[in-house]
Amino acid sequence: MNVVVCVKQIPDPAAPGALDPGTKNLVRAGKLILDDSDAYGVEMALQLADAAGGGEVTLVSMAPNGETSGLRTALAMGAAKAILISDESLAGTDALGTAKVLAAAIKRAEPDLVLAATESTDGYTGTTPVQVAELLGLPSVTFAKKVEITGNSVKVERQTEAGFDEVESPLPAVVTVTAGVVEPRYPSFKGIMAAKSKPVETLTVADLGLDAGQVGAAGARQEVTDVAEAEARSAGEIVVDEGDGYTRVIAFLEQLKVL
Amino acid sequence: MSVDKIWVLAEVADGAPITTSLELITAARELGGTVEAVAYGDATASVAATLGDYGVTTIHDVGDLAGSLPGSPVAATIAAAVAAGSGPDAILFPATYDGRDIAGRLSVKLDRPVLTNVVDLSAGDGGLVSQHAIFGGSQMLSAKFTGEGPQIFVVRAKSFAAEPSGGAPAAVVSAPAPDTGAANAAKIVARHVEERSGPKLDEANVVVSGGRGLGEKDQYALIEELAGLLKGAAGASRAIVDAGWVPYSHQVGQTGKTVKPTVYVACGISGATQHLVGMKNSKNIVAINKDQDAPIFSVADLGIVGDVHKVLPQLIEALKARG
Repeated sequence: MNVVVCVKQIPDPAAPGALDPGTKNLVRAGKLILDDSDAYGVEMALQLADAAGGGEVTLVSMAPNGETSGLRTALAMGAAKAILISDESLAGTDALGTAKVLAAAIKRAEPDLVLAATESTDGYTGTTPVQVAELLGLPSVTFAKKVEITGNSVKVERQTEAGFDEVESPLPAVVTVTAGVVEPRYPSFKGIMAAKSKPVETLTVADLGLDAGQVGAAGARQEVTDVAEAEARSAGEIVVDEGDGYTRVIAFLEQLKVL
Repeated sequence: MSVDKIWVLAEVADGAPITTSLELITAARELGGTVEAVAYGDATASVAATLGDYGVTTIHDVGDLAGSLPGSPVAATIAAAVAAGSGPDAILFPATYDGRDIAGRLSVKLDRPVLTNVVDLSAGDGGLVSQHAIFGGSQMLSAKFTGEGPQIFVVRAKSFAAEPSGGAPAAVVSAPAPDTGAANAAKIVARHVEERSGPKLDEANVVVSGGRGLGEKDQYALIEELAGLLKGAAGASRAIVDAGWVPYSHQVGQTGKTVKPTVYVACGISGATQHLVGMKNSKNIVAINKDQDAPIFSVADLGIVGDVHKVLPQLIEALKARG
């Protein structure tokens, strides 16, 4: 079984973010790392391919500057190869443009299953995987907390407000997984060494047969009109617990008539 | 482009429209023009009075989906209306599991971009202007579409207050989905309702959340116990959801739920921007964390610099003693 995992390489979320003063896009100039959210999809893909008795896990990613360090992390976990779409014209691409690029690349890999995170940590638009599914004419099941392959179909436990739904879909399909559903493996030393020589195919927008007008800032058809400081909360009272901190909490709750 | 007609996705749960949909209908009404709703499922007729009371004139009823997930069929119904020239200038989706699916599918069908994580909307030149909380809600970003409509927005819960306007019951117009073939092949075969002892996380008056500072999975029981004693709901930071300690449904933050309770009690949560954006509009915030430099204290009304493993059991015992 061949699985494609959509992965995103993002600025370190622990570092303070910044907007480009001109374009108001998130600055992605520094080193990029594998989005933590994607590690679950990679792990899930490896487990599903293994359970199905073999098959390849292919990563598909888009980045404006040829970045591969995040991809190497996922390759070190065990993915076989990666397709990276990198092109200067991609800067400023929105979710729909990203989906067009990813869908065109995924088509070349002819997967049985496409996995993605429910949303990225940096942009968190949360629509790209479903847009990919619609572009490819495939069914999609989002917010999966459990995924099983049986024959030519995928069975998913999908998170709902009230609990979860059991959903079945024929393959190929697009499934998004929530975090915490599997425990992503740490790359082994052997895996890290092997990842260095695994194939990363780098493609341009033109290679995918897409019109440059569909991507980048022009293709996004939306603009940031303003960025302003939000109203800050006024500072509260901070006390160091000396064994009676809990009494302060109780007094505060009483004051609010919660108790 | 003027916005004269706005559609809102009216999701129905337990026989009533969800609160976020009512919030969006209220907002759409304030933005002017006609407000219509899109609904699906077998209970649409029974919510016509409520939706009308909030200002909806017409409900486009996709009807029962026969086990299909809503994304593909509901998007197809909306796209068909747009193609027929009877569609809206803007359409608002609640940021729910199904709302995002429908918005994403619709975006491709219409080849229109979508703006998500919207927390406010206003009328501007050329359509609506949306606001988005970024960097943990420390900054507000305004955005607008530059191309042709309809404009698609996905709006976070609790961005607006839901207020009825006393309108007459909405007219229900049947709008069955066109066949979408393979894209609609995923089917719900069983539904499971998980037992919940207290209020829903996003409706609770008190929310007690735990984070990495709890140290280990078993310690989350302290959060559940305290939430229970305060008749509140138990939440979680992304860190412990990612670690598999608690299910995603408990997550408060950018990638989880937005909560605005009377009191939010953050226990062992450092206050990463990811978390702050989901809870900083709570009316009152209590933070318990051993690191006095933790960012959570910058939004706390009462901060206790202390060990959650000491403070929480003391708090729980004292509350139990009150009976």
